[in-house]
Amino acid sequence: MTPQRAYLDHAASTSLLPEAAEAWLEAAQRVGNPSSLHAAGRSARRVVEESRESIAADLGVRPSEIIFTAGGTEADNLAVKGVAWARPDRPRLLCSAIEHHAVLDPVAWLGEQGRVIDWIAVDDLGCVKPADVERLLGDDVALCTVMWANNEVGTVQPIADIAAACERAGVPFHTDAVQALGQVPVDAGLPGITALTLSGHKIGAPVGVGVLMLRRNASVVPVLHGGGQERDVRSGTVDAPSAAAMAVAVRHAVSTQQESAQRLRLLSARLAAGILDRVPGAMLNGDPDERLPGNVHVTFPGCEGDALLMLLDASGVECSTGSACTSGVPEPSHVLLAMGVDPMLARSSLRFSLGRTSTQEDVDAVLAALPPAVERASRAGAARFRPRA
Amino acid sequence: MRVIAALSGGVDSAVAAARAVDAGHEVVGVHLALARVHGGGAGSRGCCTPEDARDARRVADVLGVPYYVWDLAEEFERDVLGNFIAENAEGRTPNPCLRCNESIKFAAVLDRARALGFEAVCTGHYARIVDGARGPELHRAADAEKDQSYVLAVLDAGQLEGALFPLGGDRKVDVRREAAQRGLLVADKPDSHDICFIPDGDTVGFLRERIGGPGGDIVDAETGAVLGHHDAPYALTVGQRRGLGLDRPAADGLPRFVVAVEPSRVLVGPQTLLSVSRIEASGPRWCGPVPPAISHVMVQVRAHGEPVPATLEVAGDDVRAVLDEPMRGVAPGQALVAYDGTRVVGSATIERSAA
Repeated sequence: MTPQRAYLDHAASTSLLPEAAEAWLEAAQRVGNPSSLHAAGRSARRVVEESRESIAADLGVRPSEIIFTAGGTEADNLAVKGVAWARPDRPRLLCSAIEHHAVLDPVAWLGEQGRVIDWIAVDDLGCVKPADVERLLGDDVALCTVMWANNEVGTVQPIADIAAACERAGVPFHTDAVQALGQVPVDAGLPGITALTLSGHKIGAPVGVGVLMLRRNASVVPVLHGGGQERDVRSGTVDAPSAAAMAVAVRHAVSTQQESAQRLRLLSARLAAGILDRVPGAMLNGDPDERLPGNVHVTFPGCEGDALLMLLDASGVECSTGSACTSGVPEPSHVLLAMGVDPMLARSSLRFSLGRTSTQEDVDAVLAALPPAVERASRAGAARFRPRA
Repeated sequence: MRVIAALSGGVDSAVAAARAVDAGHEVVGVHLALARVHGGGAGSRGCCTPEDARDARRVADVLGVPYYVWDLAEEFERDVLGNFIAENAEGRTPNPCLRCNESIKFAAVLDRARALGFEAVCTGHYARIVDGARGPELHRAADAEKDQSYVLAVLDAGQLEGALFPLGGDRKVDVRREAAQRGLLVADKPDSHDICFIPDGDTVGFLRERIGGPGGDIVDAETGAVLGHHDAPYALTVGQRRGLGLDRPAADGLPRFVVAVEPSRVLVGPQTLLSVSRIEASGPRWCGPVPPAISHVMVQVRAHGEPVPATLEVAGDDVRAVLDEPMRGVAPGQALVAYDGTRVVGSATIERSAA
């Protein structure tokens, strides 16, 4: 019998909502391209448009402002590149130093293409200061982008203030709300927000669907050219089953946000307290108050995060060192480095992220597995962390 | 036991890991990220291209074992690349595979594995470990063509205790066939050759980029006369005859060979000067007990060089081999490896040689 496994990596991907799976399957079993004019097409189109309306209502925006994409990364790329390309007369881009790579890398790429990038600093809790943004804003800025909540350390950003500052300066503002939806209240209709990114598989929809909320008056150059679907901004046959599943997941995320946050906050607090209690020297990262309720991010000095991850995996606990890296080569997190954390300590960190299916048993499993794992990992780390002559 | 299987993404390590699983060990697959290219990504072919990392990961998937990437780029840079460049800059001829086995695979990796609760590191090397009366012994592989005992002759008893070479008794063709039978997709992947961190094989270009150097004179070893000029000492190897660019023929009309490489000067002379019958070496690594002060062994100075009978004299850190018959192409920096039958006695780094 395989032992029970404790999944504490909901920020990487959370389990599919049964209702979302049902909605997907129901739509997927019917033939029809939403762009076709016959009855089958109309039926598919109805699924898409009803999903769009449902999501718009949940986010506090208009249906035409919801663009379906094939995921969060695509939505981020469309927002960053599309908005920047639409204003070639404005050379500068503002971007927080702690963005997810789906934002960070397109911005850096635009920098290689000749744009001037101003990286917005964060404090030691991983928080952007609206005053810093305000100072950098100007009529030569094509786009400002700051995530709603950080995916690694969980710090929630003062988005309302930043968006308002951008609006005053007349600068388009994008926010990646992939981690925020369902965990904290997300009002996409806040004044000043030009574009907002969501991802399906972080809220119980399948992988492969995302949403870009894009204001009606926003100018954006498409990344994908083709049949002109989605306001001519995102060509490609609209994926009706995914749209349906996304609508169910967004509805669930928004309607259960408060009670879910309360439950997760309690579990996270127990997990954090338990870790500090059992592992001397462990340190919590991120803002202690303005944070995602399901995120516990911890530094274990003297241990390599990767070694801990491996040992915890072997004892049935699944977590993350921060952001998954495709090559698998561990790099110190750019988020922790931006927060001023020493590179050695940055490599000594783990993220536990709780979600809909998390239980007290999961927390207990971590607390049982962690002390022996830390002990072993610090023995393994001793050689590498020893200062060299 | 709990075993770390080093998965390079190649066929040998894949089959070795599969056998470790079959043997009932609790196996965890680890791909080593050794070389870095700018941008912080994974580097050259042979160590850690994205393709090799993917292949390694697929092997772990097929075997149903966990898979991790261990980043040892810093250690590799310091202990292997750094040593390789420094030795070449001195005009010596190092073997980076030995250094990698000595300080990375069966040191940094094995230490880390042991600290994390594992007992051994399993690789696809062709060599055998035999339980002897006085501890583990390292022996030549059954397949003489593939035998890799030379590059493992730096492992001491403690390292051998933590090493697992499941392929030591096999022939390469059989290992490939087995990989195919097991459904390992790397079965028909070409063998890696040469130096893993120089994927294009242009060692001189690699060194020129890192060492540069003004070159120097080509000097007649017997008369001291300057005969020509060379670009870089590391471009020339002891025993080399072609590519010296000497316009004047030797007085005796015989071809001239590189007989010694110094940091700036390169000495050339007749073939007779290449013959060596005494080799002095230092920094021995014994693969088990220290041999007696004088013993009769076979010695080898290249990975697939011809073994030659010799008397081995050991005095602490100093090792001397007196050859029964002369040998050619002996250069400082190469490893002198001593064998007792198929058993590897140990190795030492060649410092100088004499006729």
